[in-house]
Amino acid sequence: MKFGIVVFPGSNCDEDALHAARDLFGHDADYLWHKDTDLKSADVVILPGGFAHGDYLRTGAMARFSPIMGPVRAFAERGGPVLGICNGFQILLESGLLPGAMLRNKGLKYRCEHVHLRVEQIDTPFTAAATRGQILRIPIGHGEGNYFAPPETLQQIEANRQVVLRYTDPNGRIDESWNPNGSVNGIAGLCNEARNVVGMMPHPERACEPLLGGVDGRVIFDSIVLTMRAAGSRELQPSAVGASVSGERS
Amino acid sequence: MIDAKVLERHGLTKDEYDRIVGFMGREPNLTELGIFSVMWSEHCSYKSSRVHLKTLPTEGPQVLQGPGENAGAVDIGEGLAAVFKIESHNHPSFIEPYQGAATGVGGIIRDIFTMGARPIALLNSLRFGDLDSPGTRRLLEGVVAGIAGYGNSIGIPTVGGEIVFEGSYGGNPLVNVFCLGIAKASDIIKGVASGVGNGVYYVGAKTGRDGIHGATMASAEFDDKSAEKRPAVQVGDPFMEKLLLEACLEVMQTDALIGIQDMGAAGLTCSTTEMGSRGGAGVEIDVSLVPQRETGMTPYEIMLSESQERMLLVAKQGREDEVERIFEKWDLHAVRIGHVTDDGMLRVKERGVVVAEIPNRALTDEAPLYRRPMTEPEYLREAQQLDLDAIGSSEKPVPGTRASHRGDQNTALLAMLASPTIASKKWIYRQYDHMVRTNTINMPGLGAGAVRIKGTDIGLAMSVDGNGRHCYLDPYRGAMLAVAEAARNVACSGARPLAATNCLNFGNPERPGIMWQFAKAVEGIGAACRALDVPITGGNVSLYNETDGKAIYPTPTIGVVGVLTHADRIVGRRFQESGDVILLLGEGRGELGGSEYLKVMHDLVRGVPPRLELDAERALQALLVTLADDRLMRSAHDCSDGGLAVTVAECAFDTVGIGAEISIDGTTVSRDETLNIAAALFGESASRVVVSVVPDQVTSVLRLAAGAGVPARVMGQTGGSRLRIAVAGDIVIDQSVDEAERVWSTAIDRYFAQRVA
Repeated sequence: MKFGIVVFPGSNCDEDALHAARDLFGHDADYLWHKDTDLKSADVVILPGGFAHGDYLRTGAMARFSPIMGPVRAFAERGGPVLGICNGFQILLESGLLPGAMLRNKGLKYRCEHVHLRVEQIDTPFTAAATRGQILRIPIGHGEGNYFAPPETLQQIEANRQVVLRYTDPNGRIDESWNPNGSVNGIAGLCNEARNVVGMMPHPERACEPLLGGVDGRVIFDSIVLTMRAAGSRELQPSAVGASVSGERS
Repeated sequence: MIDAKVLERHGLTKDEYDRIVGFMGREPNLTELGIFSVMWSEHCSYKSSRVHLKTLPTEGPQVLQGPGENAGAVDIGEGLAAVFKIESHNHPSFIEPYQGAATGVGGIIRDIFTMGARPIALLNSLRFGDLDSPGTRRLLEGVVAGIAGYGNSIGIPTVGGEIVFEGSYGGNPLVNVFCLGIAKASDIIKGVASGVGNGVYYVGAKTGRDGIHGATMASAEFDDKSAEKRPAVQVGDPFMEKLLLEACLEVMQTDALIGIQDMGAAGLTCSTTEMGSRGGAGVEIDVSLVPQRETGMTPYEIMLSESQERMLLVAKQGREDEVERIFEKWDLHAVRIGHVTDDGMLRVKERGVVVAEIPNRALTDEAPLYRRPMTEPEYLREAQQLDLDAIGSSEKPVPGTRASHRGDQNTALLAMLASPTIASKKWIYRQYDHMVRTNTINMPGLGAGAVRIKGTDIGLAMSVDGNGRHCYLDPYRGAMLAVAEAARNVACSGARPLAATNCLNFGNPERPGIMWQFAKAVEGIGAACRALDVPITGGNVSLYNETDGKAIYPTPTIGVVGVLTHADRIVGRRFQESGDVILLLGEGRGELGGSEYLKVMHDLVRGVPPRLELDAERALQALLVTLADDRLMRSAHDCSDGGLAVTVAECAFDTVGIGAEISIDGTTVSRDETLNIAAALFGESASRVVVSVVPDQVTSVLRLAAGAGVPARVMGQTGGSRLRIAVAGDIVIDQSVDEAERVWSTAIDRYFAQRVA
């Protein structure tokens, strides 16, 4: 199984994602330069954290115009698993691959700290190894993670069970005082309707080693392994998806 | 054309001007005068400080690069080098806190990657006035946001630091930023220009009129017109810097590069001159080739601009394409603006016409050197007098209460924990991304900053420390204490201290009293660095830290870097489990001179700072490293601001509420019994560390301590939900950990919450 990690010039969690996928979980992993136009047969695509193009406009606003986003979109539309972490989540929103938008944190300050998350949905490629209601302790690090969607959209998102992760207190209860950024409905992670594209503000790659203070992020990586194994036994071979996309270069 | 007024505007004296004319053999033109003024400014030439700095120890088998380059470097084993330096951005941060602090971070990061090292950690050391003042809160918010805005974007974690609030910094905050990077020991790159005919390239942001005379600004005092100097502060672009960082590191992987230097203070002038000077060569450039952001810029403006995120590099002849291609990949354009010559001159042309021509040597080696007069300042003898018998009645009401704390050490403890200098700095460090790069193994607030080095077993610990109050009361001893504390913090994490960097923040060196403080502090740093075997590998001097004639406390900030042979044996300050035994390593003497206790409870800055015995300090640090390596200590916390009581309380914070019960010796420092107890609890004697140990390893620890000649005694044990401290057998503190932690962890937030309410 191969991870493709997209590198925008201002990505800064690209190495962390690669380290997790390759060194900690033992998978094949490669960087995908934002000017590239193929996914190098990646089976899973990660859009890592950072400040893609400086983000002086809106976070992620320019990244959607990078050449790599064409094949990423095609890959996503074919059902390929795509995970956006932090800035990656913001890029998925700006690209329209996920609904809604990000505002500046309530309190207007960048926040870097561990938060508690409740796993809401386990039928996504990135939460399949979790249990519903499981509490994860994973760090965040962002200034614009205040998720927003208009009421109709929000209703739809909730009705479709697209909220994958929510900020909670340590016991898994929704409590506004434990919501670090003011996200509506405590939304920390979201999937698309087809459930193969997931965006999350917290950084699972920062919580995979005891030495770094916790291992709750591992379940996100375990999930994709589980999903790909299951998919491997079915007809849709995701690596074939990657290959066909890279063949579509225009 | 060049009259007294012009000279004054350039911060040059008549004598200095005469010297310039001597070197040139003629009157300089205005461009040349501008070049001299920045190169001979205090900021670039160290003209007042150099004679003293030369006395610092800078060598050792571990040192790969000492002072003189963009940053120092030490051997950390595994074929790797740690490249690090600390630098100040005090003046710009006072004028424009966000951009001033942000560009300070940008500048120090460039110094590190210029050496071929990938920056992996940032620390900062900050000084502000009292938080009660809205002006201080505005500065603090701006500075912290600026550091965060730059460091977070570029993706280098801020893994620690320190901050002190003290009235003397009200008109002149200190912003000192430390950066550390990792390089292959064999691949360190230097800032040299050599090889006649090799191309000199400019890369990065375009040059604008911002920051002209920034170096000169940093070499003058502040007054009520300082706000007008705002145009001399630059604006940072962390995204551009990220591109430069990645592109430069990629270029350095090839061997097409001769040398590289960032354009920091004094911009193009300093980089061309210094690179030529180091390589024993000359540099010729044409300013009309320099990418410009504004139209109609004169050679004077281009040479003196301090626009950020610019680099100068020299490429090998015939390899230019390779270099240019790498920059293109990152959407940067390396522009050839000149070449290396063999005549030792800095020659500046504009469209082929020479507009400035100065021997490099005159700008660097021959810059003025002053042995400025110094005398012991008048305040000193008086301030060192501390009559502990007399002050019993002088205590001020405990902050937040009407009652005096008279005899109630519980209240005193809470007042100390609420002091912003002691209180939790979470409000600050949670604005910094301290985890990016997934290497951080000791979170901010838990002791020295520490990172593991992926692909090896080793880790690095680093700490920045300084105590202006101590240095105000005795600059020699205060500076020694700063070195000792930084090294001790590193040793508490289990790392062996290797080397140091310093940032010397002082007032106007033209005042003999300030110069005396400076000289004494440098002597103290030298003595401590020699004894503790942490040579100084570089640093920075910031003088003229005065507003309206009032100087800051003399504040040498020391950064120490140490190596952990096993990153996973890192030790933090927190108690790990109930039932562990709490030991004190080192000895208390109830010293209250210059203490936080006197400041908080009696509003006094008096006395002499604690004694420091360097041999005892060295033995203590070696013992800590052994204990960590043998996995014999579960936690270790340096005893400094607030003394033993505050230290033990902090060991209990951020745990699952593990309390402690300890018993300590009494001390007699006064006829006043309350003060005697306070001295035992809050005295700040140096060379002490509180450690917790699993019960069945206590004997081993005591044996090792005895062997090392370090006093060690069992004080009590962890457990329960209260903090109980007995002095000479009587319980004088009995406080719920939760309550104490609430006070400590919310103290700084409350200053900002008040404003909203």
